[in-house]
Amino acid sequence: MPYPTDRKYTKEHEWITADGTIGITDHAQESLGDIVFVELPKAGTEITTGKPFGTVESVKAVSDLFAPVSGTVTTVNEDLATAPEKVNKDAHGAWMVKIKVKDPAELNALLSAADYEKFVSEEAAH
Amino acid sequence: MGAKMVEFNGWDMPVEYPASIGCGIVNEHMAVRTGVGIFDVSHMGDIRLAGREALAAVQHISMNDASRLAIGQAQYSALLYPQGTFVDDVIVHRLGEDEYLLVINAGTREKDFNWVRDNTCQFDCKVEHLSDDFTQIAIQGPKGVDVLQKLTDADLSVVKFYWVTRGTVCGLKNILMGRTGYTAEDGFEIYIPPDEATSARVWHEILAAGKEFGAVPCGLGARNTLRLEGKLPLYGHEISDTINVWEAGLDRFCKMEKPDFIGRAALEKAKAEGVKKTLVGLEMVDRGIARDGYKVLDESGREIGYVTSGSPAPFLKKNIALAYVPPAQAAFGTTVKVEIRGQGVKAKVVPTPFYKRPKKAAKSE
Repeated sequence: MPYPTDRKYTKEHEWITADGTIGITDHAQESLGDIVFVELPKAGTEITTGKPFGTVESVKAVSDLFAPVSGTVTTVNEDLATAPEKVNKDAHGAWMVKIKVKDPAELNALLSAADYEKFVSEEAAH
Repeated sequence: MGAKMVEFNGWDMPVEYPASIGCGIVNEHMAVRTGVGIFDVSHMGDIRLAGREALAAVQHISMNDASRLAIGQAQYSALLYPQGTFVDDVIVHRLGEDEYLLVINAGTREKDFNWVRDNTCQFDCKVEHLSDDFTQIAIQGPKGVDVLQKLTDADLSVVKFYWVTRGTVCGLKNILMGRTGYTAEDGFEIYIPPDEATSARVWHEILAAGKEFGAVPCGLGARNTLRLEGKLPLYGHEISDTINVWEAGLDRFCKMEKPDFIGRAALEKAKAEGVKKTLVGLEMVDRGIARDGYKVLDESGREIGYVTSGSPAPFLKKNIALAYVPPAQAAFGTTVKVEIRGQGVKAKVVPTPFYKRPKKAAKSE
């Protein structure tokens, strides 16, 4: 699957757009398998770069969601509480939270679509 | 087949097969409940006991009553330590007049074999470790029998649950087929020669034969959720060297009235003293998934036990768990909490097994 170039990526397999919308990558959903539970922070929660801000659970495993950058949660995708499988169907569309990014310069440090794709293929080779 | 692999007790095992071929734990699980799924379970071990005193040897080392087995019949049983705790759980098959096959777990193969050999030397009986002599394939689900029937000359309709037969399978003569499994579903487990070419050929022939029934390859992930719905114990989780038969609730497979066996005296004493913990089924009431090792709390938040296995149950569409709690908190309907990431999430004690397949034939013990 091609990774959209309208956003940035992390080595923890999250994506974030310039306006602060965050989700997990297609590679992440595929590795996790059937996603059955998504736990997200409430609007107003401060999240910090590299720190867990939520949880995604598949049938077999629990994974933390790590904040790509710092900011304040403005909107939560409530849909995922009842339909977490949407993440499997369309990981790059099924966003998790929207945040007000604290320092937009932080986004520059993240991976481009091409870099992320390379990172994933190198990771798979190990 | 592009499966996600994981190391399991030294074996490279598929956790699940890819979504691109219609798999993934949920699809694999549902295929077994409603149609058929095929598992490579070659990691399971096998020990053969044969000789004049094979029955006496089996009786001495296992808790079920092997004297009740007719030739061709199998039973769920366990090997116990003198303390009444588990070396392993096993399926004992009686293959001949004085011949028994114990099917054991992957992670305990060496330990089990050494245990069986060391504790049967006083009997006139040969003990052989045959774990590497077979590739074991499980064909599980309501359509499992139909799939295997297409590939064998043996009449499978006369083989009852927990009985075995032999026949030609995919051109291979004298193949052992047992109507057993670890999915709480009907089906067979077959034991074929272990060389890679034969194993791969049979595997693909079974999948091809199963195509009309929607057969899918299944990995360890679905195997775990299937056995959990059926409350089938997993070594190192529900049973271990620190858990005894009464705590695990496996009383009906432990025949105290049969001749003496290893662990019996300790179990008699343990029974008189009463158990301090007992295995219960939990269903999550509030949102959250209990996982292996999570703490169980009472309503006030005091720690009372622990989860041995917990997962979403794909067929039941509930979040379920098995847990050890004190007998006082084991009654159906008791409200407890499972500590999930620091929060006590409400659950209740429910009857088990969580899932019971619609019965066609009487189940043998």
